[in-house]
Amino acid sequence: MATALQFPANVSTLNNYNDLYPDWTQREVSTGTTIMAVEFDGGVVIGADSRTTTGAYIANRVTDKLTPIHDRIFCCRSGSAADTQAIADAVTYQLGFHSIELDEAPLIQTAASLFRDMCYRYREELMAGIIVAGWDKRRGGQVYTVPVGGMMTRQPVSVGGSGSSYIYGYVDSNYKTGMTKEECLKFTAEALTLAMERDGSSGGVVRLAVISEQGVERQVILGNQLPKFSTV
Amino acid sequence: MRLTITRFAVSFTVIIWRHVLKKFIHNLYVEFLIMEKQHSYSQVKGVSTGTTILAVKFNGGVIIGSDSRASMGESYVSSKTINKLIQVHDRIFCCIAGSLADAQAVTKMAKFQLSFHSIQMESPPLVKAAASIMRELCYSNKEELQAGFITAGWDRKKGPQIYVVSLGGMLLSQPFTIGGSGSTYIYGYVDAKFKPDMSLEEAKQFSINALALAMGRDNVSGGVVHLVVITEPGVKHIVVPGDKLPKFHDE
Repeated sequence: MATALQFPANVSTLNNYNDLYPDWTQREVSTGTTIMAVEFDGGVVIGADSRTTTGAYIANRVTDKLTPIHDRIFCCRSGSAADTQAIADAVTYQLGFHSIELDEAPLIQTAASLFRDMCYRYREELMAGIIVAGWDKRRGGQVYTVPVGGMMTRQPVSVGGSGSSYIYGYVDSNYKTGMTKEECLKFTAEALTLAMERDGSSGGVVRLAVISEQGVERQVILGNQLPKFSTV
Repeated sequence: MRLTITRFAVSFTVIIWRHVLKKFIHNLYVEFLIMEKQHSYSQVKGVSTGTTILAVKFNGGVIIGSDSRASMGESYVSSKTINKLIQVHDRIFCCIAGSLADAQAVTKMAKFQLSFHSIQMESPPLVKAAASIMRELCYSNKEELQAGFITAGWDRKKGPQIYVVSLGGMLLSQPFTIGGSGSTYIYGYVDAKFKPDMSLEEAKQFSINALALAMGRDNVSGGVVHLVVITEPGVKHIVVPGDKLPKFHDE
């Protein structure tokens, strides 16, 4: 029951309502999250956790943060839930129109540019970090990251969201070029699990998707099936 | 009639000016608020220092390690080669996260109290004693201090131990621990890679890799890697310069 914003987000720290009302009545709904995307030869693997929070309350513990933009293009959303949903809807519309005009499947770079244009133009109002990933005929599997502020860059592996800080070291040390699809799935699942264990705003289940020429395969790894580490 | 016109003109002008001035001051205030907001983007989250420190227990001893950068704010490196590993007794070392000034004051006090305690007891102090002294100092002065400590060492009673004293004065014993601003980036790595009862070589490689990864992502950690290996026979200080650090896929 995530309530609409009653006070602007930047004023909430000045209100001393903490003893009278629970904090989630004044906080914006945010996908404080962990998202990740990895390229492999023939496609991409994308993954995300499933927690949406309003302050300390988990508004949705089974969120789907992997949003389809087109047949072979997905985006992973992090930041304000409202902002990212609005941007994704707008880009889905623009991309659909563009694809009809072109009469062929759009390029991932096009989708990423549309995200970037919107995020950069409205960077003062928005709080959205997005990873765009997919497969197209021209360049195969690609991952583009559009962080807060509106930069766009292509990377072989990209992590985002609040939980991503905890797994930079793990991703830097474990990523190798030329991994297979199964290796990428295992790598993504492990990295997301590690982030979910340390970040309070990430948790729930791990949602994965593989996008390739053949299409999109989605899977869910439930909490009790997550990989285990000796310290965790 | 001239008087009336003058009075009317004066009061008219005054009204206009008051209106203009109010708007002007309001605009200034709004600009000030905007400036405040822009400044707040650059504020560092939390009170961690620009550093990465860690301590790992292995089979027969502990390794305590840190980077070597001291920074003032986010843009000036005041020292490239500072040693953050402070020896408080023969087999007990401390490393600091937080304000360097606070840390030096506390460790100096702790060193004195520990040596006094060790003379009274006529035996080398326990690692837990050293950690407790730090905890007392941190807890009693929690309003003024902004420093957390990792105390690691070897003693005859319990062998190798690691204690972490956090900002408010909590004392906790752990098989390994990381701290400082750079530690956020390696939580995933150390969670995945740590195994209890590693050998010395494995533990050394683990520490060097973790510190190198943190230094690669955190802009206020850097320089060389300082490691101190504490075992029953003694203490060894290892320095790994920047060009000998492991390189990862994108470097």
